[in-house]
Amino acid sequence: MLEYTVGSDISDTAAPTGPIENRWDTRKREAKLVNPANRRKHRVIIVGTGLAGGAAGATLAEQGYHVVQFCFQDSPRRAHSVAAQGGINAAKNYRNDGDSIYRLFYDTVKGGDFRARESNVYRLAQVSVQIIDQCVAQGVPFAREYGGLLDNRSFGGVQVSRTFYARGQTGQQLLLGAYQALSRQIDAGNVELHARTEMLDLIVVDGKARGIVARDLVTGAVQTHLADAVVLATGGYGNVFYLSTNAKGSNATAIWRAHKRGAYLANPCFTQIHPTCIPRSGEHQSKLTLMSESLRNDGRIWVPARAGDTRPPAQIPEDERDYYLERIYPSFGNLVPRDIASRQAKNVCDEGRGVGPGGLGVYLDFAEALSRLGRPAVEAKYGNLFDMYAQITAENPYETPMRIYPAIHYTMGGLWVDYDLQSTIPGLFVIGEANFSDHGANRLGASALMQGLADGYFVLPATLSHYLAGGGFSPVSPDDPAVVSAEESVSARLDKLLSINGSRTVDSFHRELGTLLWDHCGMARNASGLQKALDRIPELREEFWNDVRVPGTGQQLNQSLEKANRVADFLEFGELMALDALVRTESCGGHFREESQTPEGEALRDDEHFSHVSAWEYGSSGPVLHREALAFDYVHPTQRSYA
Amino acid sequence: MNITVRVWRQSGPDDRGSLVSYDVPDVSPDMSFLEMLDVLNERLILDGEEPIAFDHDCREGICGSCGVVINGQAHGPQQTTSCQLHMRSFSDGDTIDVEPWRSRGFPVIKDLVVDRSAFDRIIQSGGFITAPTGAAPDAHATPVPKADADLAFENATCIGCGACVAACPNGSAMLFTSAKVAHLNALPQGQPERESRVLEMVSTMDDEGFGGCTNTGECVNSCPKGIPFASIVNLNKEYLRALRKR
Repeated sequence: MLEYTVGSDISDTAAPTGPIENRWDTRKREAKLVNPANRRKHRVIIVGTGLAGGAAGATLAEQGYHVVQFCFQDSPRRAHSVAAQGGINAAKNYRNDGDSIYRLFYDTVKGGDFRARESNVYRLAQVSVQIIDQCVAQGVPFAREYGGLLDNRSFGGVQVSRTFYARGQTGQQLLLGAYQALSRQIDAGNVELHARTEMLDLIVVDGKARGIVARDLVTGAVQTHLADAVVLATGGYGNVFYLSTNAKGSNATAIWRAHKRGAYLANPCFTQIHPTCIPRSGEHQSKLTLMSESLRNDGRIWVPARAGDTRPPAQIPEDERDYYLERIYPSFGNLVPRDIASRQAKNVCDEGRGVGPGGLGVYLDFAEALSRLGRPAVEAKYGNLFDMYAQITAENPYETPMRIYPAIHYTMGGLWVDYDLQSTIPGLFVIGEANFSDHGANRLGASALMQGLADGYFVLPATLSHYLAGGGFSPVSPDDPAVVSAEESVSARLDKLLSINGSRTVDSFHRELGTLLWDHCGMARNASGLQKALDRIPELREEFWNDVRVPGTGQQLNQSLEKANRVADFLEFGELMALDALVRTESCGGHFREESQTPEGEALRDDEHFSHVSAWEYGSSGPVLHREALAFDYVHPTQRSYA
Repeated sequence: MNITVRVWRQSGPDDRGSLVSYDVPDVSPDMSFLEMLDVLNERLILDGEEPIAFDHDCREGICGSCGVVINGQAHGPQQTTSCQLHMRSFSDGDTIDVEPWRSRGFPVIKDLVVDRSAFDRIIQSGGFITAPTGAAPDAHATPVPKADADLAFENATCIGCGACVAACPNGSAMLFTSAKVAHLNALPQGQPERESRVLEMVSTMDDEGFGGCTNTGECVNSCPKGIPFASIVNLNKEYLRALRKR
């Protein structure tokens, strides 16, 4: 098994002290500025064009920096943020239902099971208010009331209506807003866009991030791009599980290569399992489809009260149904946070009460909402989700309850960053899902969009400018040994992958890795399962490098080569993930260690030993664990209760 | 189900390309169309052949990456994206033709993959609202009547897949462009650039080599997001209005 050592503790030295409500203002006030005439002299590389990357590119370019932006898709508009459905939180209190910045902050820290940083979360709640203003100004068509004002809905883990939405396509609309702002800057010549181009390594010169090695996915050309700073906005690593709600192209390569160049990776075992996905239908399945959590506002979740009851749902009378979330958590009901809803779904299925083929599903029933609100009202709120469900399953959810089951969705872990969103490599900034910072061990619904845009539009532009104002950017020569060796190692690796010509496809390895991690590092983990995964992954990796078959050449569009390159990284990343899960013997949020639970079966934290961030350093003789202690001065850790 | 697919294979932009026939046995009706291609590709790789290149990503019908012409229809027989089309739409023993989007504005890169960056350039020329970050007024400062917001939203749902272009006998990009114009011009926030937006976007659309619109309506029939024909009517109106005001 992978041996690890424990290194020195780390801390976030960028966060100001003082009252929490003043910290972000203090940081912005103290940040150094770059004179507008000097900004165009700075090149900034941004990898990724989702909500975080697109917003950052648009904003930095608007400030006058020269932005060089990359995405592996054919257009920035296709980044996977586009698929987020339900909404975006903001502490606007437009509903006058008791919301405030402090309450959003409180809900997020508690919802994350006290494994996030208070300073970061408070800032997120503060900035949330500005995000809505910005997006509305851009023309994002949020849902509105007849009077012309914005509408809201509620999401899991909270008791106020603070979620702004655009039917079930909120992510798409917010992304288009950022994409259009970015497009405006591309046209103005302030952003140089490289679409269909994938980052394959980070260039570090004199200890600072100064560029990337990227492959043009159409011509196959491996190129180096140099800059004064590099921003990673490359999303999460959920596709390590093969089946997930992520887009097929989502991958961990950028953050993993940065990790191997010195950036610490924090809390990789924190993966969110989303409770409302369409259950898988067979072996051919290539990915899972999420149904928005907003459905839980009106949908009631139930299973038959008795195990082995295979009658169609309509034939099961009310008193033989178990609305288990409403029963166990009367005050939050169907709106408990995602980790809790997922775990309870697993529990009832483990008891043999699951529904649908294979017994891995629970009902999400709109019968009550349809009779209370009428079909037109339900259609207006959730119509496209219902259509999507019908399209995939060939069942009509207006007539029979939907079947849902938990699936891998969002990763709370990511590269370690300080309050300035800077990694342990100076000049390497990490934003959005690619960093670890704001969600703790579980992400509340409608918070991902909030974090991506907060980082991209508001936080990074202030902190990155401060870094650039610090100066000291002597030009890097393309012949610099660090540049040449990074490019050579990328090319050698691609050549190696193409030369193996073995007997197994890339997907077969990916599926095996994914199954291993789902079984042993999924909704519930225990020491012996994690040991099994840790024993098997190195073997699988060796088989991959000896027996994978990647057809074609490197000098062309070669989707097999792209996939192989990413899966090779997943085969390394997955091992660290399982190790992190093994070391964290407590349960918290999305990390449920079976050995650590309350008598009621809820996650049992161990604050004495684990109130910290686990930040892993890539060491030549195995991973090195650094701990960052978490302090809670405002929201005091308690056993989370949603009863 | 046993299916035969005849797939357009083209090794690069300069290759002539041709349809190649493959048998795909044991297709499950629950598979998506792209999953059927995945299964075929796995076999091609093991047989020592190059797999079929096709664009796809979210596989939830929202990113707009996927899109192939299936039996002569953009995205196939149902009004949805290729990733959301399921094999239950076909019958055992069917032969299915699969081709890339065909249009001068969308050159073929390889097999079923085309270059749709012309769409990005149309957006870059005016498909946005100039709203610098960080000083926007409160979101409630400008009420938007629900009917206007709904109209904007209906058009904003365009995913930029390009089916409208592929379906159009003229290879016109009118539906795509009209959706963005209708979205932004319907909102109070979009008014200051209302005229310049439509003039610039139409001009870029023409420069990119897309054909003219002759109101055939095939675009609307193939649009997976149901962008209405009224948007094209609106685009013409907005264009004439802008010309008069210029």
